Amino acid sequence: MNAFMSWIEQRIPVMRVANMHAIQYPAPKNMNFWYIFGFLATIVLVNQILTGIWLTMSYEPSSERAFASVEYIMREVNYGWLIRYMHSTGASAFFIVVYMHMFRGMMYGSYQKPRELLWVFGMLIYLALMAEAFMGYVLPWGQMSYWGAQVIVSLFSAIPVIGPDLVEWIQGDYVISGATLNRFFALHVIALPLVIVILVFLHIIALHEVGSNNPDGTNIKHKKGSLAEEDKTVYKIHEYYTDKYDIIDDVVPFFPHIVLKDLVAFSVFLFGFCYIMFFMPEMGGYFLEHPNFEIANPYKTPAHIFPVWYFTPFYAILKAVPDKLFGVLTMFGAIAVLFAMPWVDRGKVRSWRYRCGLHKVNLLVFAAVFVFLGYLGGTPQENWKIVASQIATIMYFGFFVLLWIYSGKEKTKPVPARITL
Amino acid sequence: MSDVSVDTNESATKNEQPKSSDRRKFLTVGTCVVGAIGAVGAAVPFVASWQPSARAKAAGADVQVDISAIQPGQMIRVKWRSKPVWIVRRTPELLKSLSAIDDQLRDPNSEQEQQPAFAKNEYRSLKAEYLILVGICTHLGCSPQHLADGTFEEYAEGVAEGFFCPCHGSKFDMAGRVFQGVPAPLNLVVPPYQYVDDNTIIIGSEAEIV
Amino acid sequence: MKKWLAILLLVPSFVFAAGTEYPNDHADIDLTDQSSLQRGAQTFMNYCLGCHQMQYQRYQRTFQDIGVPDELGDKYLRFTGEKVSDYITSTMPAEASAKWFGAPPPDLTLVARSRGVDWIYTYLRTFYVDESKTFGVNNLAFPNAGMPHVLQGLQGTPRLATEMKMIDGEMKELSVGLRTDGDGKLTTEEYDQTILDLVNFLAYTGEPSRLQSENIGKGVLIFILIFFVFAYLLKKDYWKDVKK
Repeated sequence: MNAFMSWIEQRIPVMRVANMHAIQYPAPKNMNFWYIFGFLATIVLVNQILTGIWLTMSYEPSSERAFASVEYIMREVNYGWLIRYMHSTGASAFFIVVYMHMFRGMMYGSYQKPRELLWVFGMLIYLALMAEAFMGYVLPWGQMSYWGAQVIVSLFSAIPVIGPDLVEWIQGDYVISGATLNRFFALHVIALPLVIVILVFLHIIALHEVGSNNPDGTNIKHKKGSLAEEDKTVYKIHEYYTDKYDIIDDVVPFFPHIVLKDLVAFSVFLFGFCYIMFFMPEMGGYFLEHPNFEIANPYKTPAHIFPVWYFTPFYAILKAVPDKLFGVLTMFGAIAVLFAMPWVDRGKVRSWRYRCGLHKVNLLVFAAVFVFLGYLGGTPQENWKIVASQIATIMYFGFFVLLWIYSGKEKTKPVPARITL
Repeated sequence: MSDVSVDTNESATKNEQPKSSDRRKFLTVGTCVVGAIGAVGAAVPFVASWQPSARAKAAGADVQVDISAIQPGQMIRVKWRSKPVWIVRRTPELLKSLSAIDDQLRDPNSEQEQQPAFAKNEYRSLKAEYLILVGICTHLGCSPQHLADGTFEEYAEGVAEGFFCPCHGSKFDMAGRVFQGVPAPLNLVVPPYQYVDDNTIIIGSEAEIV
Repeated sequence: MKKWLAILLLVPSFVFAAGTEYPNDHADIDLTDQSSLQRGAQTFMNYCLGCHQMQYQRYQRTFQDIGVPDELGDKYLRFTGEKVSDYITSTMPAEASAKWFGAPPPDLTLVARSRGVDWIYTYLRTFYVDESKTFGVNNLAFPNAGMPHVLQGLQGTPRLATEMKMIDGEMKELSVGLRTDGDGKLTTEEYDQTILDLVNFLAYTGEPSRLQSENIGKGVLIFILIFFVFAYLLKKDYWKDVKK
């Protein structure tokens, strides 16, 4: 066996790569609950790809057959209903996990130097994921699939000069039709998943290059030779890291410690996931919207059109601005400004544990505003909601403005030299 | 797994208590076993979904055929599970001639399992008069031609009627039995079937033995 | 953190706040009640199949799931299609139905998932006589519905009962509910039960995998709990050596 392993290793460095990235990779000891979501996101990605491949075996991507083929999967393919629910629950689970993952980054300053590019890759994954989810939702060709696509694609007509032609180009037809469905199918099944997988790979490479952050925001990699022997880690860490740095005794090896921690988190997540999937896959109409159980009808608009829950905050921002073009710009701006976090935050301290109280309040209010915007975007319109969403939109952008202001001259607490457990 | 980590820890500082190592081994094995069971369980829906769906089963369901209009010597073709099935109404003279050519055949007594038990007889059928075969050559899957009125003689001397496969020249007699010296190794398949009454057969399932 | 979690959990309840729709009665269905499903299937085949269809559901698996042997189902429940393995289609041609009704009667396989069982239960019990409408009836849950009251023979002629009430110094005619003329084959309780059975059947056809799903789910959750125990203890064992 050893001879075989070394034959392989000489030709492709399987063990070296495994040791560098999955076994002898140094991870902070104090990675808490908030640190499970990156791992869970990878699990959900694998789930979406696997169940997605299986669904593609029976789904028929034509406007005539799409809806019927989904019911064929639900009723006639053995365990087709289970594979379908794994995919639909997984889609919503993906966004829950990703939002928690992003909030972790904001709390602990994981976007600050030297992790700016890591954050940017993450934001690109988020963008690709939103496009992927949007197109995936069109595929069942229900009422919400059709009319949701209709509303979102028509937004592009707001772009001056090229707008209406652009919409026709996206649709491949004068209206949302089978042509649109077919191209969304191709993009959803292979193009975007490929992009996402590549981006995730780059995201992890970027992470491993600079090392993981932790809830205290302290460094675990110190200048080579700067640490006393008793302060260095007792574990075997790969030379790729120990050659360049002294690794402080605030780390555990990725395997088995972090792998086991992730395994526990995985089983808890799986419990919740399976509970929803087996007992309430519709989740009250949030994961599978009721109007989508009716086949798409271009002549009958549903009484209320909303996007799926994970897009509702941005939908509220879009509706808050009375002008079509500026509404679209504001909505995309809300995502764009997230990209700029590493530069908007001028602070030098990473974790909110050691930053001014205003920063904590600012972050919590931001989260609450995001959720509130989601409520506004996901429920039928009422008069008071128009003003409320405008205020909430201002507060959303206000988070970044405030952050830029106080982060320049912040009163921070002293950051400990070692992690606190 | 426990070896790697034990080494790691021992090379560092602490000595492992033997108790803890046993517990660790048990937990590791337990987690791995339960995990493996879980992985197999998770694979079940994916593997099972490849089984024929209800639609495939419906399309492959039994086919009912009215045989009352078939004239003696005539053959009709029907479709069952997307395969051609031949129903031939054989004349008494034809039936008499079958045993004469036994020595030209590879498997004249249907020793190979190419037919249900009820068809393992001289005529390879439930009732002698009607021959029911799956019309797919046992060589490489082409559908043989039915040659009657002496046209089969050019391929098999002294045999007036039979099935000839144009792809590679395999020959079968009017009981679907394969000749010697042809590429096809086996007799034509007799599908499961049953008589509802004298005029109707169902292809796809045998009658339950009462 | 707990603060915004609480807000997050409250969000779903806001969904039901708005709307001036007719309030739905609750349909207490039980998918495990096979006799209810069988009665519902019978009602559907006898009264609904004339115009509506269930093009995504096959007869055969329906019979199997509700506990009806194939031969009996074939004889008493299958009025359309050629074989028991066929889909539940209607005999009414699409163009004709569009002409007679304005729009083809919708397929009902998934109606319980798109409209909800409570709504359907209410809808089928709130028809009332209205001479101004094409089919002579209107509906409280679905105003101006383009459907005749097919089950009128069972329910009896339903009328909107009104009372004169003094409001703000004026005599106004207020609706106080529905009453039937009592000329139906069934009493009100029997009719309600018939509709409940029918709605139960529709809930089944909307999602035939539901019962199987919950059974498998129970086993899976228990298994995950067992796995969690092992994983947690193993994790704790390795981490106890990690110095604080």
